[in-house]
Amino acid sequence: MYDILVIGGGVVGGMILRELSRFNAKICLLEKESDVAMGASRANSGISHAGFDAKEGSLKAKFNVLGASMMPKVTEELGVKYKNNGSIVVGFNDEDMETLQGLYERGLKNGVKGLKIIDQQELRTLEPNISDDAVGALFATTAGIVCPYELAIASIGNAMDNGAELKLNFEVDKIETGEYFTVTSKDGQVVKAKYIVNSAGIYSDKIAGLIGDNSFKIGARKGEYILLDKESGNFVNHTLFFCPTKKGKGILVSQTVDNNIILGPTATEQDDKDDVTTTADGLNDVIASANKLCKKVPVFNSITSFAGLRAYSDRHDFIIEKSALNDKFYNVAGIESPGLTSAPAIGDFIANEVAKDLNLNKKDNFNPTRKADYFFKNLTNEEKNAVIKKIPEYGKIVCRCESITLGEILRAIRENPKATTVDGIKRRTRAGMGRCQGGFCQPVIVSVLAKELGIPYEQVTKSGKGSEINVGRTK
Amino acid sequence: MKNYDLVVVGGGPAGMAAAVAAFDAGVKNILIIERDTKLGGVLNQCVHNGFGLTRFKENLAGPEYAEKFSDEVEKRDIDVMLSTMVLEVGADKTVTAMNSEYGVFTLKPMAIILAMGCRERSKGALNIAGARSAGIYSAGTAQRYVNIEGYLPGKNVVILGSGDIGLIMARRMTLEGAKVHAVCEIMPFSSGLKRNIVQCLDDFGIPLYLNHTIVDIQGKERVTGVTIAEVNPVDKKPIKGTEIHFDCDTVLFSVGLIPENELTKNAGIPMSPRTKGAIVNQYRETDVEGIFACGNVLHVHDLVDFASEEAEIAGRSAYEYISGKLNKEKTVNLINGANIGYVLPQKITVPSGDVKVFFRVTNVFKNVTFKVKDGDEVVISKKKLTVAPGEMETIVLKSDLLSANKSGNITIELEAQND
Ligand SMILES: Cc1cc2nc3c(=O)[nH]c(=O)nc-3n(C[C@H](O)[C@H](O)[C@H](O)COP(=O)(O)OP(=O)(O)OC[C@H]3O[C@@H](n4cnc5c(N)ncnc54)[C@H](O)[C@@H]3O)c2cc1C
Repeated sequence: MYDILVIGGGVVGGMILRELSRFNAKICLLEKESDVAMGASRANSGISHAGFDAKEGSLKAKFNVLGASMMPKVTEELGVKYKNNGSIVVGFNDEDMETLQGLYERGLKNGVKGLKIIDQQELRTLEPNISDDAVGALFATTAGIVCPYELAIASIGNAMDNGAELKLNFEVDKIETGEYFTVTSKDGQVVKAKYIVNSAGIYSDKIAGLIGDNSFKIGARKGEYILLDKESGNFVNHTLFFCPTKKGKGILVSQTVDNNIILGPTATEQDDKDDVTTTADGLNDVIASANKLCKKVPVFNSITSFAGLRAYSDRHDFIIEKSALNDKFYNVAGIESPGLTSAPAIGDFIANEVAKDLNLNKKDNFNPTRKADYFFKNLTNEEKNAVIKKIPEYGKIVCRCESITLGEILRAIRENPKATTVDGIKRRTRAGMGRCQGGFCQPVIVSVLAKELGIPYEQVTKSGKGSEINVGRTK
Repeated sequence: MKNYDLVVVGGGPAGMAAAVAAFDAGVKNILIIERDTKLGGVLNQCVHNGFGLTRFKENLAGPEYAEKFSDEVEKRDIDVMLSTMVLEVGADKTVTAMNSEYGVFTLKPMAIILAMGCRERSKGALNIAGARSAGIYSAGTAQRYVNIEGYLPGKNVVILGSGDIGLIMARRMTLEGAKVHAVCEIMPFSSGLKRNIVQCLDDFGIPLYLNHTIVDIQGKERVTGVTIAEVNPVDKKPIKGTEIHFDCDTVLFSVGLIPENELTKNAGIPMSPRTKGAIVNQYRETDVEGIFACGNVLHVHDLVDFASEEAEIAGRSAYEYISGKLNKEKTVNLINGANIGYVLPQKITVPSGDVKVFFRVTNVFKNVTFKVKDGDEVVISKKKLTVAPGEMETIVLKSDLLSANKSGNITIELEAQND
């Protein structure tokens, strides 16, 4: 019997689990996929928003501003890449400048610090590649960029290091209520718990429905992206947005924490909650819009494109509350943007609420830090040599494009939450994320995985069952 | 660590040939650094025949060709460091590398030869819409799975791009029992060698769709199909209504090779946007004195025989440089004229001997005339029946022609009707 089950291993579930692991309680995370961070948390813009977008008084505004202020410390503790690069909302005419003034004032009401309106000249100095048509901007100095899947993975890993459990390939299919919850997976595994936190992203309405709570609906809105090679990594320095219109925020052009440039996302409603394919129209839109925001976007340097699904609720705000039907069941749903930014604050809030309800005490030995070694390539030569002396595998580079060593790959397989797939290694180490997109290192990673997991080479998957990389032996 | 006179970065066919030539010319302290566990580079996975026809008049498999050179390296007192990655080359002729045994270390040789080879352009560069499921590989990665690891990456295959690796993999996968449904090529001609089209596609009845590209890839966990469409030859945009669907579990991309010049660029060595390699003179010396480049890192060769030949020039020149004999009085620039994709070397320093110049044309042409000009004056004129971008052309510029050059420039151009 668990004290608490968290359903859904995205960044929200991850931060909740991590904050819960501060308390003396038996906790477990249930995730339907073969790895954590497989939903919205793996494919989004990775912006730590300043907090001027959301309407004053909304949960989005509250958790955004709080989460953004927690981000530097949380990422430092968890060894996750974060950079306070600042964001710029660009105006192209008088009407835009009026909107920006409105955002500025809303930001002040939301408690956002470091906001200022800048003129064309200052904008051009900050961003030399900005469109000639841009006339001014709102500059938010507290905004930043963060690696979203890394934050999800690291928070879950840190929780596990502090005693939390993780069940992958556990698709919650049935929840029986009573004195306690009995949760059954699609393939018949059963777990019991006193308390449930539903953070199942795009499927959180379905999970709530399992206890009869149909009080909200979650829709899917696709966002497509193009990622540019780090050779173009300094094309922009800040995160550049269009002025929001009734149609939404529009696409952005931003640096990423790994010094790539990200362009996107589009916004298309769809019924299918699993379809993350990119479309020709979508990618063309991204390119066309990016070229309106900036001059001569180096799209020729693109290395990949991808899409993520925003999980928005029909209430158009975050839903962070106890279910009206069951006071031991928390819904954390409709966490669309700025959900990544808000995640640390949501985690903190939910963990404290649940701890109050269950009367939990804090652990004396909670360790808040998780050391990330994918900063290996940034170490000095002396530091690298000290590591290689201890663990010679760090001397062997496997992914040339991103300079990722065998040592890092082994660590990704051996440390919490353990990678079991090629994509799992990629998200933990960046091996295969560079310009050749795994062309050289994938066969090596497959063989390392086969050996470490003790499975045949042809059973190694890209991303879980059905995605085997090879189909059999040659003749 | 020992002090080396010459460090060769990369132990593929070019690196090995360069080291051997440098040694035979007289350089005594040579080190080859190779990141793989053995010498040979990309040839190790090219188990098909067709190597060495020019050089050895023999039809060798890739690994056999590589072995001829690694045997030569072994016979000489040339040091080889395997499983070692060069992290940085400095314009001050430093080489920083890393391996498990020595950690990170820096060498300061008198000369450096860059021979890092090339890599495939990935699917990501094309922004093709659709799924990102398992079953999407570059042709070279598939080649490695089949030929080195001994595993088959799929059974029903569509290939985008008719580069040589793609063509060769069409045959290889077929021989392994897979069905290759189509090879599509966005250009109106293949970028591969003619002999590969015949031997790898025609002989196996594999259709080649020219002016076609992939417009969608379907599948969740694994690829389940692709849609291809004809493109407008002018803007390369897909034409609605021409779509053809194939059920398949695998898509291979063979959409071009790019010299792997991260080290070169970081060293601040000037690059040519046309070859995507360093700018060099006839000695294959870059604009940084004492740093040479050869093989596919300099420009993508269709035949390894030419890569070896070029490497030997670099190797011998490294010796000349180290012994202070590279005499450069005047520079003549080589210029790409009409219909020429690139010319290599990009400059020639005189005095010089005869210089063999390599170049590629931009399109398929018939009944052409190549013209070499000194300023406006035509100094050589040469006819040819057919030319294609996939086949490298050469022309020899005689020593006296070069020293007589007046304008400081030599332009190579092609006169022809578009085919
Ligand atoms: C295009 C796009 C751009 C965005 N940009 C930003 C941004 O710049 N800044 C920002 O702050 N936010 C941004 N967001 C929002 C942010 O990505 C999300 O708020 C955040 O990732 C949500 O995390 P999550 O954990 O709620 O959801 P998810 O990451 O989707 O996690 C939910 C998890 O639940 C699992 N699950 C579902 N059903 C079950 C079941 N039955 N049993 C077990 N497990 C189940 C899923 O597999 C998944 O792993 C963006 C979102 C999108 C889509």
